[in-house]
Amino acid sequence: MSEFLSPKDLPAALAARAAHPDYIPVAGGTDYMVASKDRLPPPGIINLFGLGALTGVTDLDGGGVRIGACTTYATLLGDARIANTFPLLRDACREVGASQIQARGTLGGNIATSSPVGDSLPPLLALDAVICVASSAGERRVAYEDFLVGYRKIDLAADELIVAIELPAPHVGAMQHWRKVGTRRAQSISKVMMAAVAHLDDGRIADIRIALGAVADRTVRARATEDALRGSAPSEEAAKRAREALRGEITPIDDLRSTAEYRLGVAENLVRRFVLSL
Amino acid sequence: MNIEVTINGESRSIETEGHRRLLDVLREELGLVGTKEGCGEGECGACTVLMDGEPVNSCLVPVGQIQGTQLTTIEGMAGSDGLHIIQDTLVRYGGAQCGICTPGVALCAKWAVEKEPGASKERLRELLAGNICRCTGYQAIVDAVVAAQNSSESSHE
Repeated sequence: MSEFLSPKDLPAALAARAAHPDYIPVAGGTDYMVASKDRLPPPGIINLFGLGALTGVTDLDGGGVRIGACTTYATLLGDARIANTFPLLRDACREVGASQIQARGTLGGNIATSSPVGDSLPPLLALDAVICVASSAGERRVAYEDFLVGYRKIDLAADELIVAIELPAPHVGAMQHWRKVGTRRAQSISKVMMAAVAHLDDGRIADIRIALGAVADRTVRARATEDALRGSAPSEEAAKRAREALRGEITPIDDLRSTAEYRLGVAENLVRRFVLSL
Repeated sequence: MNIEVTINGESRSIETEGHRRLLDVLREELGLVGTKEGCGEGECGACTVLMDGEPVNSCLVPVGQIQGTQLTTIEGMAGSDGLHIIQDTLVRYGGAQCGICTPGVALCAKWAVEKEPGASKERLRELLAGNICRCTGYQAIVDAVVAAQNSSESSHE
């Protein structure tokens, strides 16, 4: 008999998580239901979808936002703050699956699954997201890059839940850019994604953050590429240096959706195009 | 677990296990076989139903999550006075052929037209992109939805 728990509030959810480390926390179910298809029922499910404390977008001091982990893509797409301040995240949400997936899929769920091809993940890295994690013992905050520890592995203990994602306000005038490359716009699993944020100071790239998906075992920041660009004017010359750096730091693979060579070439082109657009 | 839900306006009480797919409970427990299974992985949209007004893939909803919600399946789309306008235009414009995708298309189109009454043809295609059809080439479906949209607009005047 598989138990189905729908805790009424966050303390009840955390208590259920602590009491049943073998139960599966489920938000929108869009990943879990595929993974569990044709398998034996789980020992139990802790249903988090719609839990008030985990849902919705709130303002933070300083212009950032706190997004509840179980906020759906559809909710994010309807939120003016996300559209105005974090268009990068809005653009990525718009290309996750299609209407049906967007109605159920959640940001926290995408983070928990932590697939290297998760569409919302590069924007979170490029926007310097902080992941808020809770257990009955309290809450802790982790930089998203540190939260990603391996292939589909995140820094989450068996008694913890992801409760929120905090995005600091981007630098005034920062450019945000999203590009997903796949076989078709909706419903396709990405071959390569790039999320980038940058701002110029006096004609030079003062800061740049580039995050890539589907080019490594996890979503990655292209730090060597960023270093190669910081301080330069956005020119062909800078784009060329970025390309050399990028080749040295990403490790795409061949799989059923694409080849390593194609992914590398596309990633280089996406970075070049972003640099030249600045 | 016991689930209380409103399906097509009717209160239902279901005794089942919460991890089961909503799709299977609709078809096997409730006899609502108008909802079709296509891919079973959330990629094709054939099993779309409306849950609290939003389109969802019923193959991806653990049935425990429907507790207290309002569902509309294809069986609840037509009124006592006949077909819903979208069903009517799908028939008239050849937007339904083999019929497997049609219930999902009809429900998603109803949602799309109500959500964004002035949506452009391109926007309607985007809102309906989660419903895969292998017969029509989509043009007939889009034509049908646009015709339904225009006729709903004129009926409001």
